[in-house]
Amino acid sequence: MAADTRRESDVSRESDAGRGSTGGGSASEAASHSLGPVPLPAASRFRPLLGLLVPAALVVGWHLVVATGTIAAYQLPTPVRVAETLYGMGASGELWGHVAVTLRRVALGAGLGIAVGTVFGTATGLSRTASDLLDPLLQSLKNIPSLAWVPLFLLWFGIGETAKVLLIAVGAFFPVYLNLSTGIAAVDEELLEVAAVYDLGRVESLRRVVFPAALPSLLVGIRGGVGLAWMFVVAAELIAASQGVGFLLSDGRTLARPDIIVASILLFAFLGNCSDVAVKEVRDRVVGR
Amino acid sequence: MSSGADPVLAVDGLRKRYDDTVALDGVDLAVADGEFVAVVGPSGCGKSTLLRVLSGLEARFEGRVTVDGTDVRAGGNDDVGMVFQEPRLLDWADVRENVAVGLPADVDPASPAARDRVGDLIETVGLDGFADSHPGELSGGMAQRVSLARGLAYDPSVLLLDEPFSALDRLTKADQQDHLLDVWEQRGTTVVLVTHDVEEAVYLADRVVVLAGQPGTVASVVDVDVERPRERADPDLVALRREVTDALGR
Repeated sequence: MAADTRRESDVSRESDAGRGSTGGGSASEAASHSLGPVPLPAASRFRPLLGLLVPAALVVGWHLVVATGTIAAYQLPTPVRVAETLYGMGASGELWGHVAVTLRRVALGAGLGIAVGTVFGTATGLSRTASDLLDPLLQSLKNIPSLAWVPLFLLWFGIGETAKVLLIAVGAFFPVYLNLSTGIAAVDEELLEVAAVYDLGRVESLRRVVFPAALPSLLVGIRGGVGLAWMFVVAAELIAASQGVGFLLSDGRTLARPDIIVASILLFAFLGNCSDVAVKEVRDRVVGR
Repeated sequence: MSSGADPVLAVDGLRKRYDDTVALDGVDLAVADGEFVAVVGPSGCGKSTLLRVLSGLEARFEGRVTVDGTDVRAGGNDDVGMVFQEPRLLDWADVRENVAVGLPADVDPASPAARDRVGDLIETVGLDGFADSHPGELSGGMAQRVSLARGLAYDPSVLLLDEPFSALDRLTKADQQDHLLDVWEQRGTTVVLVTHDVEEAVYLADRVVVLAGQPGTVASVVDVDVERPRERADPDLVALRREVTDALGR
């Protein structure tokens, strides 16, 4: 469920962005044509900056409501205070330890989830029997909320790293599995007939036809999986951790330090965004061709 | 030009059913080495089904269908190349790689010999300079020629073509037909072309097989004994066109 909604929102976000930029491009082109030789500054170049406008206004508004006392400072610190806290933790080196631990968990968990998801997705995509055996189970497991797994994983694997990495892997597994499985099963029948007519054989037709055709689906799945890995790492670290950005979050609550809480949330937003952009970049390179 | 003693392609009493529907019933056909045979028929008469059987894509049918004396169901579809109605190219792969899909299984596509062979084929179909292009960058006619080169890469005993020009505009279609004739004359490949275009069938083929009825069966065979190169407006061809059209019951 979570995976699906996330993917949808991603898609709509992308298409919005696409429309925005192409619209801007043609508009500025038309303008420069009608105005003849007078060169207009390329407005489209600054278009991405428009996206910063609303957040900047929000930060100013945030500062104002706290500075004027509309919201008490012990509930919401000023943006400056949050920045100072982040800088302080960065300067003392404390921050990097937490970030590194969280990144490591996400990388290991997402890597494991993607690997297992790829194996299961390939199996169910290729074999009708494997799909009939496994798909109903996996389809129902995917609806279990991330937090529901936490107590069980703690019971099974203790509060060490294993439980956290496995929990994150569970999160990353489903989008990869679902997308790859449907992607492989949906490979054009007509191309499979081409492979059959030219006797490519099982292995060759997988290598040359099926996997390349399903690669875009796999990459969509990986993008969703990495996104879910970040959600699951929060679940893991909020409940049982002595390090990590999620631990900072719960520590901030214990210490009644809203600046630490907000700083941690911003860190998650930043790190999550960076990984999403990175995966999307890889996908565009591979699929864009 | 009619079938010799040892036909490359032989069909005896072919009967093909999909569940309760009989698509083909009692079809006999023999195609000699190097012959160009066109199969025409109204839609729904089982023309495409016939090609699918010949290409080995249909595992279940009654009767005997052999290419070079081997049952098409045995040992894969080794001896036929197939050009589908749509180009059916791998759109992530370049032209070279798409043609290489048609190479026989025992040829390593990365070997220099295979690269030369693929290069020759690309040249044969008139696409020199496009080896590194992707299907998305090609026109419909060019894409269909990549598909033709892929069909030839196998060096097949029989090249099967399933209405390969039906999606092309009139001018491109005429070009592609002449192109196919050039390739056929150059390489001496045996060709079976399925089409619903009577003019195309008579212009291209040595022999036109008319399929008709439901289930489809051979209604008539028209020999096209007209010297090549042919003129499209040749009165003999026009007369034969009428004969084929009459056989179709139109």
